[in-house]
Amino acid sequence: MTAHVPALMPALPELILASGALLLVLIGALRGESSHGFVHASSVLLLGLALLAIALGDGGTVVTFNGAFINDGFARFMKIAALAAALVSLVVSQGYLQRHKVEVFEYPLLVVLSTTGMLVMISAHDLIALYLGLELSSLSLYVIAAFRRDDLRSTEAGLKYFVLGALSSGMLLYGASLIYGFTGAVEFGAIVKALHGHAPTGVIFGLAFLMAGFAFKISAVPFHMWTPDVYEGAPTPVTTFFASAPKLAAMAMTVRVVMTAFPDVTHEWRQIVVFIALGSMVLGAFAAIGQTNIKRLLAYSSIGHVGYALVGLSAGTDAGVQGVVVYMSIYTVTTLGAFACVLGMRRDGHYVEDINDLAGLGRNNPALAFALAMIMFSLAGIPPLAGFFAKWYVFVAAVEAKFYALAIIGVLSSVVGAFYYLRIVKIVYFDDAKTAFDPLDSSLKAVILVSSLVIFLFWLYPAPLVNAASLAASSLH
Amino acid sequence: MTVAAAFFYLFASITVASGFMVVASRNPVHSVLFLILAFVNAAGLFLLLGAEFLAMILVVVYVGAVAVLFLFVVMMLDVDFAELRQGFLDYLPIGGLLGVIFLIEMVLFLGTYYAAPEAVHAASTVKAAASTLSNTEQLGRVLYTDYVFYFQTAGLVLLVAMIGAIILTLHHKTGVKRQDIGAQVARSKDTAMEIKSVRPGQGL
Repeated sequence: MTAHVPALMPALPELILASGALLLVLIGALRGESSHGFVHASSVLLLGLALLAIALGDGGTVVTFNGAFINDGFARFMKIAALAAALVSLVVSQGYLQRHKVEVFEYPLLVVLSTTGMLVMISAHDLIALYLGLELSSLSLYVIAAFRRDDLRSTEAGLKYFVLGALSSGMLLYGASLIYGFTGAVEFGAIVKALHGHAPTGVIFGLAFLMAGFAFKISAVPFHMWTPDVYEGAPTPVTTFFASAPKLAAMAMTVRVVMTAFPDVTHEWRQIVVFIALGSMVLGAFAAIGQTNIKRLLAYSSIGHVGYALVGLSAGTDAGVQGVVVYMSIYTVTTLGAFACVLGMRRDGHYVEDINDLAGLGRNNPALAFALAMIMFSLAGIPPLAGFFAKWYVFVAAVEAKFYALAIIGVLSSVVGAFYYLRIVKIVYFDDAKTAFDPLDSSLKAVILVSSLVIFLFWLYPAPLVNAASLAASSLH
Repeated sequence: MTVAAAFFYLFASITVASGFMVVASRNPVHSVLFLILAFVNAAGLFLLLGAEFLAMILVVVYVGAVAVLFLFVVMMLDVDFAELRQGFLDYLPIGGLLGVIFLIEMVLFLGTYYAAPEAVHAASTVKAAASTLSNTEQLGRVLYTDYVFYFQTAGLVLLVAMIGAIILTLHHKTGVKRQDIGAQVARSKDTAMEIKSVRPGQGL
């Protein structure tokens, strides 16, 4: 009997992460709690190794595991971004974990396993692999949301996320089963062939349920309700992670499914994407106005930003996908910087989360204040910062695809959204000063510095990101 | 009547009888034991159908793990089953109604086999490949080759579930004295005893 061994090399980054995680489970279990430092450092190293494996790996498009797994330009780009985001959020978590005495070795381990799931999601080329990757990443996220179990809000966040996440997984599975039932295929290429450019009602139903599951994962309206509560309740480093890598991976998964499994039935999914894009943009702009907790505010801001990114997807063109990729990359860099600032909000040894605690930052720590202001301006989309270009690419794609109304509403809601970003800048510079924050950890300093430099100087040299995004977008078909 | 048919009636009648006893017996431990008997006989039915993998899984997973877990739960938790059973008659109408609906659906479902056998065949378009291999072998051949990616990813999901359950529920109590045999054996006279010179007429 000759066994047929599938090609493993395309999945090298996943293999590195998975086998490394297994090894670290053993080390952690044998050496107990004292191994936290080692496991943390090794996890960072593992993520770095996986990143290197992608960066140094060969190009081209390879499908392996009987069509379940694809390694193409899009997957590589999104994987590098997700790995970098996971790495950064793991690095900045160290100080917080130490101060709260929750240094458990399982935390970095679950981040690595969750990232493995995200890579599987990004590379998924059929519905089963997609679901398994999604579940692997989500399950780890539920646990780390609740891992400060003596903290009521953290456990509440974990439970809320788990219950709603399970519901959304159910919807996604139901959609997948309908699609399988009506096309007889789970592999994306086979679904395209089975549809012949025409989607029967059953497939449209399935697509709607599938999109509902995706919308939950990227926290788009109307499946966004969990986001503010979970972002606020989860420990801040965990929120940092939630806002960056999983969102990126879920967006990549959404783009891949609609662009490679349903490219000929654009009209059907476009209605859904336009609707959730509109809803997210408007809700993100208006609901954040009344927030005083900075994590809650950033949660609503992330809902809004997902809406802007989806504007690019609703165009359904290469330019649109390129816009989504650019948008998500820039948003991830910005949001990591923003949460690094939140992690730096520490007064008398306690973490504070109210935006009024930022008062006087402009006088006490001008450098941090300037960086935070740049990040806020970029989130608002003010030129010449990176956030402006991110919005530019998606709106241009929408206008080219003749979605004028969508683009206009997007621009208008970003004007409304600018209000609360500017309010933070106003509090930082013009409100009555409070006592200074405790000195920042060096890892936070580095992340804030890199993030604000990228935001500030992006307009000088946008070519690498834009070209890579364009290559990634064109590799989807 | 062939031997297979004889065994079918043996297994089937014991399954039904023990299924009834699960509900009817007064002692909850007996209920669980009857449940195990029902599982084992159902495994026998699977064997007769040629599904030996399902039969093994039923014995290993349901009898070996799930039912034993039930048994532990029933014995460890002091559940007053007599009290649970008190409202039994109140729920009889709705329970009976559900039972009747199930019965009707089963009859309709099985009725299609007789009413329109060709429709049943048309629905199952995917035919099992004719093969001389047992289904355990067939599963084994694809699980680590065609479906190795799914299989391993599902394994990772289970690992995460395990880690998550441990991290969220395991409390390390401080101040619990555990027996450390190494430390006990390593005790010497110096560490175990302290000699105090007590003066007469004064305490310690």
